[in-house]
Formats: sequence, structure tokens, C-alpha cells
Amino acid sequence: MLSKSAAKKFFLIGTVLCSGCFVVLTIDTIQRVPHQTRSENITPEVIHGKDLWDHNNCMGCHTIMGEGAYYAPELTKVYTRRGEPFIRAMLKDPQAMFPGQRKMQKYNFTEEEIDALVAFLKWIGEVDLNGFPAKPDLAPVNPEPVSAAELAHPAIYDQVCVACHSLKGKGGAVGPALDGVGNRFEQNYFVSWLKDPVAVKADSKMPKLPLTDEQILELANFLSQLK
Amino acid sequence: MKFKTQKIAYYFFAVSMLLLSLQIVYGFIMGFAHMGFDNLHDYIPFHAARATHTNLLVMWLLSGFMGAAYYITPEESGRELIFPKLAYVQLGAFVAVGVTAVIGFHFNWWEGRKFLEIPRPLDYLVVIDVLLFIFLIGGTIWKGRRYSTTNMVLFFGLLSAALLYLPGMIPTVNQTMDSYWRWWVVHLWVEGVWELIMGAILSFLLIKLTGVDREIIEKWLYVIVGFTFLSGILGTGHHYYFIGTPKYWLMIGGLFSALEPVAFLGMAIYAITMAKKGGRQHPNRLALTWTIGCSVMSFVGAGFLGFAHTLPQVNVYTHGTLVTAMHGHLAFWGAYAMLIFAIIAYAMPNLTGRKLYDSGWSTFAFWTSNIGMTAMTVAFGIAGVAQVYLERKMGLDFLLVQKEIEVHFLGLVMAAVLFSAGIFAFIWIFIKYGLPKGKVENASTNS
Repeated sequence: MLSKSAAKKFFLIGTVLCSGCFVVLTIDTIQRVPHQTRSENITPEVIHGKDLWDHNNCMGCHTIMGEGAYYAPELTKVYTRRGEPFIRAMLKDPQAMFPGQRKMQKYNFTEEEIDALVAFLKWIGEVDLNGFPAKPDLAPVNPEPVSAAELAHPAIYDQVCVACHSLKGKGGAVGPALDGVGNRFEQNYFVSWLKDPVAVKADSKMPKLPLTDEQILELANFLSQLK
Repeated sequence: MKFKTQKIAYYFFAVSMLLLSLQIVYGFIMGFAHMGFDNLHDYIPFHAARATHTNLLVMWLLSGFMGAAYYITPEESGRELIFPKLAYVQLGAFVAVGVTAVIGFHFNWWEGRKFLEIPRPLDYLVVIDVLLFIFLIGGTIWKGRRYSTTNMVLFFGLLSAALLYLPGMIPTVNQTMDSYWRWWVVHLWVEGVWELIMGAILSFLLIKLTGVDREIIEKWLYVIVGFTFLSGILGTGHHYYFIGTPKYWLMIGGLFSALEPVAFLGMAIYAITMAKKGGRQHPNRLALTWTIGCSVMSFVGAGFLGFAHTLPQVNVYTHGTLVTAMHGHLAFWGAYAMLIFAIIAYAMPNLTGRKLYDSGWSTFAFWTSNIGMTAMTVAFGIAGVAQVYLERKMGLDFLLVQKEIEVHFLGLVMAAVLFSAGIFAFIWIFIKYGLPKGKVENASTNS
């Protein structure tokens, strides 16, 4: 039968061995992290962004690298998912971007602070996370053949518009679905709508988005072909 | 009680119960926000509620551990606590820092690092306060007549917990290293040295309540904490899968954290076997119920539900979803909250001289809180699994998925009402016990 002193030995030896391994692995990790996280890209602007991230407790709602709270979206890859214009507009006035939805606080960030946060999110997006987040492997595939117009999605559509609108069931549900929207409106209407939604329809909740004239033209062209 | 200074424990327990009540209030705020009722958003935004909820948890558990240490140490070392007045100073400082931190959260004053939101200047005060606590407990053991295994495991658990707070303060500009050190604190606390504290308190309770020979109980205490460290230390790797650290952590973290349930299973078998073995029927059955309940629920919550999403193949989908909240709630309830309830249930009759343990309210408190928390875990689990499938597997939009799972938060809030009823019954009995008496029993009664 096991004696108390043998049990004590088991505890002490096991603990010392495991702690030793853990310290060695930590030293190795510290040496490898700079390469894996591309730490040469951590500019003063990125550091400022991290500072703002910490001091406003963004992790209290969002997750980053999968860590934080589960009230707001995961932001590790947000830089590529939504793009810079969307992130900037969101940071300026979050509640305007998602009217009537779950709220984010308005922080009144300066332009410089928004630059820093964007830089931080861009850097985070480039860190090698060993395959996180995983690609959705059960995502539905559209069985019917897609039209030429759908194949030519403007890049800005996939970043900004999908946040609120859906096409063939893909995208957000904040605004109406855009299927067949080309049957109802002309290209010119889309141009003036995208320039300022409220000017066209006074009670529209859609925000005025930071789009360039070329992007508006491209989107209007695309939307008018959705028949 | 055998020593006058043991009554200090009462005040720590009282603070503990007060902070727990407040924690529950903030839990409800978040539950309603998830359901879409975020009317308090302008005053208590979600991240403030979240930081308050988790930090109050840490504070009330620590206050409970400290109370337990002030109760156990004099008895185990056979002497009064050294400088008892300083213990009250220590409690006062602890409360002052905690209250300042929580109020600060509501005014955007924090560090924004999950579970370690307390702003840096207050971190230093926490360290000073804990050093004072360690000095009082350590000094009492040092001057005492004997160094019991139970007391030494408790002391080294508390000391390591204090030391492990320090890595969290290592400055870094890299989010990955920030996270790396943060888990040194958070993981090595809850899945490491806090389990030493837990093992020691369980061992003390089992010695007192079952009458089984101390040598046997303490021998198995070594085995269990041995398994805890064998799995728990390198098990920290399960936090290092996807944060920008080397890929070998997937293997190491997966392997060792898969062993973590063994330590909790050991804890459950240990408590149940000792209770069966015990020939003496201690009148305080309620304390034994909480003790065994703690060991069983910690296995279910921390061991089993932790294992459910600890393997990297699973975790790559569940990481950062409500599945974590499912595991977190039952793990903390089973392993630590119930442990503090057990020591309170054991200590209160001895501290106050009143024997309220076989009232119907006590039984109601035990079952209602446990059924409520289990139901909450189920609600989180369903919401979490649905979120994983819709968002992570099918690629649906975040907000769309949150709308889909809103209904499970109605279930969560209803379960939480049941849970709260149990907790308030427990607190009601705590209040009914009244203040501790200064009267010291004859040491030979061995209660």
C-alpha cells in the first residue's frame, strides 16, 4: 500500500518536473513568438492601438484571438473581413452603422486614435494563429448556377454591404435582402442612394457610408444587374 | 471554535456573501442584455457588467479562501493567530481596493485584460495586501506547535497564488505575450494552485466531518494535488493553441489538459470514499453534503465539461464562443463556490454556537442552487453549441446567430432565478446565525 511519504514524493517530483518543462517551453516560446507574430510590424501606432484596446476594455464584449467576451463579434480577422473604411465608420459612430441592433458604445475617438486602432487590428490579422479561426466547413453552397453579375462581386460589397444585407441568404439581416433589387431600381437611383440614403428616403436608417465615387459607381452597376 | 482569533473568519465570509449577491445582480444584467433588453446600456454597458461580474467572483472567492485560512490555520497549528488586529486591517484594505476597482470599471478605468481588469496602480495594493495576509498565516504556522500537511498545502497554495499574480504584471507590447502571461495567472490559479487550496480545505473538512484518520486523508491529499500539477501545469497549453504561440502547444496542451479530469475525478472519489469510511456520524450533515457536492460538481463542471472542448480539434471551433461560458459557470460553481459554502456551513455553527444545519432552508439552499446552476449550464451549452454550428461551422453572420440564440437566454435567466433563490436561502441562514461569539470551547470536544 502507498505510504504517505511515497505520496509526498510523487507530488514533489511530479510538480518539479512539470514546472521545469513548463519553464523551458516558456523560454522557447518567448524566442519564437517574435517571428510568429511578425513583431517587426509592431509600430508605435500599433502599440498605441493596443493601449486604446486595453484601456477601453474592448475585450469586455469582443473576442480577439478568440479571447474576451461573447457579446460582440470576433475581431482577429476584421481588417480583411470588413476592410478599413468600414472599421473607421464603425469606430466613429457604431450605433449608426447597426441601427436598432445590439449597441456598442460611442467613444468619440480622434482621427489619430482611429488610425492607431486600425493599425492594431491590421497587425493582429497578420499573426499566425495555427489555423484559428477555422473556415466554416458546413457553409451552404448555392446549387443553382450563378449569373455573370454575381460572379463579379465588387470587393467592397463583400466587406461592407454584407454586414447588413444578404444575397441568396448570405450576409446580415439588419437591412433588407438585395435579391432582385435590380428589378425595382435603376442604376442612377443606386448612385444617389449610396451617396446619401437619407436624402432619397427621409426615414431610412441606413448610414451614409464612406465610399469613393468609383466605389459607388461600381456598386450601383452591380446592384442594377441583380435581377 | 477552539481559538478566539478564528472568529476573524466570520467577517471574511460575510464580505464573501455580500460580493456574491452583487455578482448575481450583474449576471442578470448581462443575461437580459443577451436577450435583447439592454436598457441599462447607457449606465452599465456590457463590458462594465462583465468585468464587474468576473472580478466580483474572484474577490468573493479570495475572501472566502482567506476566511477559510483564518479559520483553519489556528486550529491546525494549535495557537492563536499572530497580530489579529492586522487581519482586520487586511480585510479593510482588501475591500477598499475591490470597491475602488469595481466603481472604476463603471467609469472606464481598467486594464481591459480578461479577468485581470483591475488597473495597474491597484495591482500593487493587491500585492501588498496579500503579502500581509501571507505574513499573518505563515507567521502563525511558523510559531505554532505543529506543521500539519493540510495546513502546509493550504499555505503553499496561498503563497503560490500570491506569487503567480506577478507574471500578469510583466510589461509587453505584443498582444500574444500579453495573453501568454495573463494565463500564467489565470490558468495556474484556477487549474493549479487554487486546487491546492481546494484540496487542503476539503482535507480539513473531511478530517473534521468523517473522523477518518488524518494520515490516510493527508496521504490521498498528496496524491490528488500531485495529479493536479502533473496535468494542470503543462495543461496551461490549452490556452496557447490559437494566440500566436508555437504549434507544439497544440499537442502538449491537448495531451496534458485531457488528463485534468483525472485530478477532479480523484477529488470526487476521495471525498465520497472518506465519507463512506467515516464511522462517526458528525451532526453537521449539511457541511458534509456541501463537501461531497463540491467534489462531485467540480468533476462535472471543471473536469468533464472542460474536457468536452479542450482538444484542439474541437477547440478550433468552440474557442471564443458561449461554450466557454458553459464550462466556466459550472467549473467555478463546483470547484470553488461550493467549497466556500462547505467551509461556511461547517464553520458557522462553531463560530456562533448556534446549530441551524438541519433546517429545511439549508436543504432547500443546497438543492435549489445546484439545480439552478445545472440548468444555467445546460442553457449556456445549448446556446454555445448552436452558436458554434451556425457561426463557426456554417459561416452565418454574428448578429444573425445571436438573434437565433436569444431564446436560450430566456432559459438562462429563468434558471438563474432558481439559482438565486437557493443562494439567498443560504445567505438568509448565514444572517440568522448572527455574529460570532467570543466563547472558546474546550479543545477536547474536538468538534
